[in-house]
Amino acid sequence: MSFDFSRRRVLRGMMGGGAVTLALPFLDCFLNTNGTALAGGRPLPVRFGTWNWGLGMNSQRWIPTKLGADYDLLPELKYIEAHKSQINVFSGFKAFLDGKPNLPHISGMQAVRAGGVAPSMQNPMDIPTIDVLVGDVIGTDTRFRSLEMTSTGDPKHSYSYRSANGFNPAEVSPVALYTRIFGPEFQDPNAADFKPDPAVMLRKSVLTGVTEQREDFLKQLGQADRTRMDEYFTSVRQLEQQLELQLQKPPPAEACHIFAKPADGPTGTEIGVAMANHKLMAEILAMALACNQTKVFNVVFSDSASSLRMPGEQMIHHLMTHEEPVDKDLGYQPKATYFVERSMEAWALFVATLANIKEGDGTLLDRCLVMGHSDTEYARIHSISGIPVMTAGSAGGRIKTGIHVSAVGEPITRIGFTLQQVMGVPVEKWGQGSMQTSKPVSEILI
Amino acid sequence: MIKRFAAVAALSFLGLAGCGPSEPATSGAPVGAQRLSATQYRQMISDVFGPDIKLGGRFEPGIRKNGLLAVGASAVSMSSAGFEQYDIIARTVAGQVVDAKHRDLLIPCKPADVKKPDPKCGTEVLTKYGRLLFRRPPTEKELAGPIAIANQAAEAKDDFYAGLSYGLAELLDSPNFIFRKDIAEPDPSDKTKLRLTAYSKASRLSFFLWNAGPDEELLKAAAAGDLDSKSGLSKQVDRMLASPRLESGVRAFFIDFLDFDQFDSLAKDATIYPVFGQKVAHDAQEQTLRTAIDLLVTQKGDYRDLFTTRKTFLTRNLGVVYQVPVASESAWEPHEFAADDPHAGILTQLSFTELHSHPGRSSSTLRGKAVREILLCQVVPSPPANVNFTVVQDTNNPNFKTARDRLTAHRTEATCAGCHKIMDPIGLGLENFDGVGQFRSTENGAAIDPSGEIDGIKFSDSASLGHAIHDNPSATACLSNSLYRYAAGRDFDPGERDWQKYLGEQFAASGYKLPDLMKTIATSDAFYAVRASGNAVREAQR
Repeated sequence: MSFDFSRRRVLRGMMGGGAVTLALPFLDCFLNTNGTALAGGRPLPVRFGTWNWGLGMNSQRWIPTKLGADYDLLPELKYIEAHKSQINVFSGFKAFLDGKPNLPHISGMQAVRAGGVAPSMQNPMDIPTIDVLVGDVIGTDTRFRSLEMTSTGDPKHSYSYRSANGFNPAEVSPVALYTRIFGPEFQDPNAADFKPDPAVMLRKSVLTGVTEQREDFLKQLGQADRTRMDEYFTSVRQLEQQLELQLQKPPPAEACHIFAKPADGPTGTEIGVAMANHKLMAEILAMALACNQTKVFNVVFSDSASSLRMPGEQMIHHLMTHEEPVDKDLGYQPKATYFVERSMEAWALFVATLANIKEGDGTLLDRCLVMGHSDTEYARIHSISGIPVMTAGSAGGRIKTGIHVSAVGEPITRIGFTLQQVMGVPVEKWGQGSMQTSKPVSEILI
Repeated sequence: MIKRFAAVAALSFLGLAGCGPSEPATSGAPVGAQRLSATQYRQMISDVFGPDIKLGGRFEPGIRKNGLLAVGASAVSMSSAGFEQYDIIARTVAGQVVDAKHRDLLIPCKPADVKKPDPKCGTEVLTKYGRLLFRRPPTEKELAGPIAIANQAAEAKDDFYAGLSYGLAELLDSPNFIFRKDIAEPDPSDKTKLRLTAYSKASRLSFFLWNAGPDEELLKAAAAGDLDSKSGLSKQVDRMLASPRLESGVRAFFIDFLDFDQFDSLAKDATIYPVFGQKVAHDAQEQTLRTAIDLLVTQKGDYRDLFTTRKTFLTRNLGVVYQVPVASESAWEPHEFAADDPHAGILTQLSFTELHSHPGRSSSTLRGKAVREILLCQVVPSPPANVNFTVVQDTNNPNFKTARDRLTAHRTEATCAGCHKIMDPIGLGLENFDGVGQFRSTENGAAIDPSGEIDGIKFSDSASLGHAIHDNPSATACLSNSLYRYAAGRDFDPGERDWQKYLGEQFAASGYKLPDLMKTIATSDAFYAVRASGNAVREAQR
């Protein structure tokens, strides 16, 4: 066997921080690299994320009565008051099913996040979700292409899909999330000196070797399996790109201030535990964004059929929406509504966490665009005619904020379509069947 | 091939085969690739490098397709976050293999100079572990990368062993390790057709029977071509079925079949059910697995008896919930429930009653649905989106004190009746067990009536429900179908209908013995049959 090694991963003058011949991009047709590494003088990045809560709201207590700017806040939305001027509210937008059944807690998610009609309970998402579409454009020049997390304790509670072949699993532990981002491999962008770690170079070379197995590995496989395995090789390539970035000096990030690792605690669906973990995760994520570790994120406060629960209560949130009687005097289900309000409280905390970090002449929130949404309007009947959606942040001044837009009967894909265009995705139309749209929500455009 | 079938048919006709009907021909399936499950990955690392090697990362969750994670394993890819974790595991494992504690045991050669690359020794090590991890000898091209990086890294770090760890990490990051990819070759009897290579057969066989990669003997049998003959294959199957490792294979099947992965996120309200905890949840799964293995493997019993057996195993943790004294503080003890005890069969075990309940209460609907979907392989339609449960589901409603009262009222709603009538009457038979499986005779002060009905068969309580499932033909068909789908990692192909029927008949003829059914599958042609696309044939012929 020959040990001559003339492959593209050969490193020239490699060790000691010398010049490096980086690998040729592989599978970049999937990755759509459109950015260069952050460099001095480059504008601060704009980030995109989603924030999800399950089981909707009570429209009579949530939807502002006033349209446009300076909308009013009803009881379930009062929590966002401090940051109302940075939050848009979208009401009345509809998910169309085109004759297919309304799959509870699935159809709505597919419509909002992927613009499609969910094929089956077993196969909830078969097309890319908006975070992946945006991430393919803006997420290629950071250490993590995206970060997913949930405060429910279940890694399967993630709604980030590239295809039906799998989802991006969620981090469930704040400590694990912190360690993944700020552990030994973290490079402080504000450190005085920088020296590429030779071990990173070698690791990258290992991954190059793996991607080079692609052609042989795909042999004999049918088209569907080739596509599936190409997703694997794309994931390998993405890690390779992350390592490439670690070989370059990161640009300074003035807002990046690392705090101590949080103490280990319980995870799970009990509301107090979920709220506490959500708070920690929001803080860790905000710092990851400020430190330029990622530009794309997905936060699941509660799963679409929310399994959140109160101590000593027989029913979880989901069961409450179906089985709790509507209080005749109040006009809503008080126990189920408790969770709606906790969800809005958590959303407000999340937005405030981003807003509390100063960056440049504004805040981190100013340079974010976060789509907060649920899976249903009124969960008791799984209504998907007016799924609540909000945005927080102006994406670096690219959209107006503090506006309530109502578009009863309009396809809900108009929101996702607009956000993709705002984030620079070259998309002319989006959505399947009756939800296909090329009409942005002009009310928020500048 | 046609001649061989004709010969078998002739022997059958003459009564010379002596084995009942011959196996029907099948269409085979296209070559595929299954991602190793977390358990399979762990087992392989343990088998190849030793049980003390730690992994240090987390695995990407699987996807359940048509009831089985094993089928989903043929449909999943891997996310970038998931691969990040697999790479952490690869580096963690590789680092331990070469560390001072393990190298003398695991590295079969010594470098000439520990501070320099040693291509000869490095090649020896990577060739050895490449074969074990890929479950076949790696090609020269596949080894070139790991060997080169091992040499480069050794030079860069002035450390042969540190360099070697990079080569090992590349093997562990390789799709040839993480995915069980079939490799086909031209069938010598008909070059226009394909057959699995002997190594692919060995892999398929080993993961089915042992939930692990092939051992040395099986790899050698593959190398010698033994698995291409019926007698050679049978010899290996008999050896593997007689091995204690069969228990791991049966255990893995039931973990998948019974949806035990749901235990990972099972939560119970600590106020309502203070008796529940992670230890109870763990032991609950283990109890059912021990019950199944004892009955089906050790005793070689009838699968249907799993629904009626009163013999089981308990720990003290479980004894608290079952209200049975368990003498040992930490060990498992065999236990047999009395003939008049409501506990009989796995439906009455905690692994079923607590898994298919809400966090704060029992659920006849969830339990009935689980019986239909998991144990009888039937499809329960999705609930309609617009349903009003509120009046009848209020547990404080004095008119509807028990689950039976509430569900009976619920089933009067036309939109709900269709599905609930096929679920609830089954689950009501288990209402004597609360949301964590503790026995109770009343609910809200009213006596619980555990009678019910399934497919026209009435039963009076949980024990007689078990008998009804025991006698239900769907239960055995579900098992034989699921076992094959689990083994093959895919659903039945339309060209396998006769084979599916044959499997059920063979299972019945054996007296519903699980090891016999495993042998029927493992020694069949169908299990290894691959369907050739023109593309695959061309590539295999290269």
